[in-house]
Amino acid sequence: MAKVHVQTQINGEPVDFLCEPQQSLLEVLREELSRTGTKEGCGTGDCGACSVLLDGRLVCACLVLGVEATGKNVTTIEGIAPEEGLHPIQQQFLEHAALQCGICTPGLIVATKALLDKNPNPTEKEIRYWLAGNLCRCTGYDKIIRAVQASAAELSHPA
Amino acid sequence: MEAFAYVAPKSVDEAVAALQSAQSSGGRAQILAGGTDLMVQMRSMDKGARTIVDIKGIEDTNRLVIGSDEIFIGSAIASAVLNENAELQAKLPGLLEGADLIGSTQIQGRATIGGNLCNASPAGDSIPAIIANRGVCVIASASGQREVAAEDFVVGVQRNCMEDNEFLVGIKFPTPAARTSDAYLRFIPRTEMDIAVAGCGVSLTMAEDGTCTSATVAIGAVAPTALLVPEAAAALVGSKLEDAALAAAAAACSAAASPITDKRGTVEYRKKVVGVLCKRAALRAAERI
Ligand SMILES: Cc1cc2nc3c(=O)[nH]c(=O)nc-3n(C[C@H](O)[C@H](O)[C@H](O)COP(=O)(O)OP(=O)(O)OC[C@H]3O[C@@H](n4cnc5c(N)ncnc54)[C@H](O)[C@@H]3O)c2cc1C
Ligand code: FES
Ligand code: FES
Repeated sequence: MAKVHVQTQINGEPVDFLCEPQQSLLEVLREELSRTGTKEGCGTGDCGACSVLLDGRLVCACLVLGVEATGKNVTTIEGIAPEEGLHPIQQQFLEHAALQCGICTPGLIVATKALLDKNPNPTEKEIRYWLAGNLCRCTGYDKIIRAVQASAAELSHPA
Repeated sequence: MEAFAYVAPKSVDEAVAALQSAQSSGGRAQILAGGTDLMVQMRSMDKGARTIVDIKGIEDTNRLVIGSDEIFIGSAIASAVLNENAELQAKLPGLLEGADLIGSTQIQGRATIGGNLCNASPAGDSIPAIIANRGVCVIASASGQREVAAEDFVVGVQRNCMEDNEFLVGIKFPTPAARTSDAYLRFIPRTEMDIAVAGCGVSLTMAEDGTCTSATVAIGAVAPTALLVPEAAAALVGSKLEDAALAAAAAACSAAASPITDKRGTVEYRKKVVGVLCKRAALRAAERI
């Protein structure tokens, strides 16, 4: 089968890869590029574990073809942490115990980042609707919502 | 064996040529818009090889024009992008309400109303609102473009009226007249992320004195395809949306519905709920005027 040569940017760096035309961006990230921070929960758009930003817009990597990354900027969880330490959203998820197994966490953090970039002071209702496509089977949503609220407070009024 | 291929045409003509060339060599081609149905289907029930024709790089399918007579929405524009457009929001709030109900934030970033219509699920949330706003589908084929009213576009469960070598370039709507607005409501057992049990789109024009002078009503998820319900519209026109007129419109929607019983609701329940949604959507559209 003829593979396609794709040139893209991932987390600000130019990346080239070969993929099959029907392969999803999620498969490419995890299997071709060994960037396993982005998780697979369902593969059908329901769980949000595979959330990434495509040209700044929140999408499910399992519903995007790898070839569609051509000429685009992809941001994954690996691009959210700074060189050293953790991003404030990551830190707040830890401090609020907003994770257990952690499968949903990268997707939730990427989705939270997208929310706070667009709306730095969301209401609880806005947070809950925005994150309705991110499922968590372990933690319960309250701790997650508290972590997002604390992240919003920290990012809009840095200590 | 046929292999998968991906093409990203830059024009409508190139897209039609791509559909035709795949088919004339005995293969299969399929249009990709947001991929939120296609990717799921390709992973589960429909795994066969095909040429995927991505229409997101075409100028015409990305066109959004809000004119004084006509609004055109290109078939590659994601629902989130439509919802961020304040002018469109002011003109067609009910259409955007339907588009906004399609899936999560992540799905919104990709899903198109054209894909919702082409996919032709009986429960597609933007379809009743497209019909209620008198949407007209602009279809490209090798012999040029043709237009089909939205209520005639979907011909059955997951079937639309297009030939294999045709695709939807966009949907056009008459620009709503003065004192005209619309609304779409669906019922789901949860508050987010579910498939409609019933849905109803209403567009109304109200005179200064509160009399309804024009109405269009369409219902979804209660028949194999979304349906225009002229009897419901007729019950509203001439009224001031009094209880009796709303009840008559609701009864017309219930009568037009031919739903199935499944885990989301029984036939009786769906028929009743679609009428209630019609009343509420009519009042909501009127409030917006
Ligand atoms: C988690 C999840 C939740 C969802 N929730 C909802 C919901 O609440 N309500 C709802 O209505 N839907 C829902 N959907 C279904 C889906 O998101 C919508 O139907 C969406 O509008 C499809 O648009 P798309 O652009 O992604 O279509 P695509 O997946 O790109 O295409 C869908 C189909 O239409 C064809 N097609 C698309 N565009 C064209 C065109 N321009 N010309 C010709 N053929 C075309 C494709 O070939 C394919 O067969 C959900 C899906 C997921 C994964
Ligand atoms: S893996 Fe993509 S949404 Fe679940
Ligand atoms: S922590 Fe396990 S799924 Fe959320």
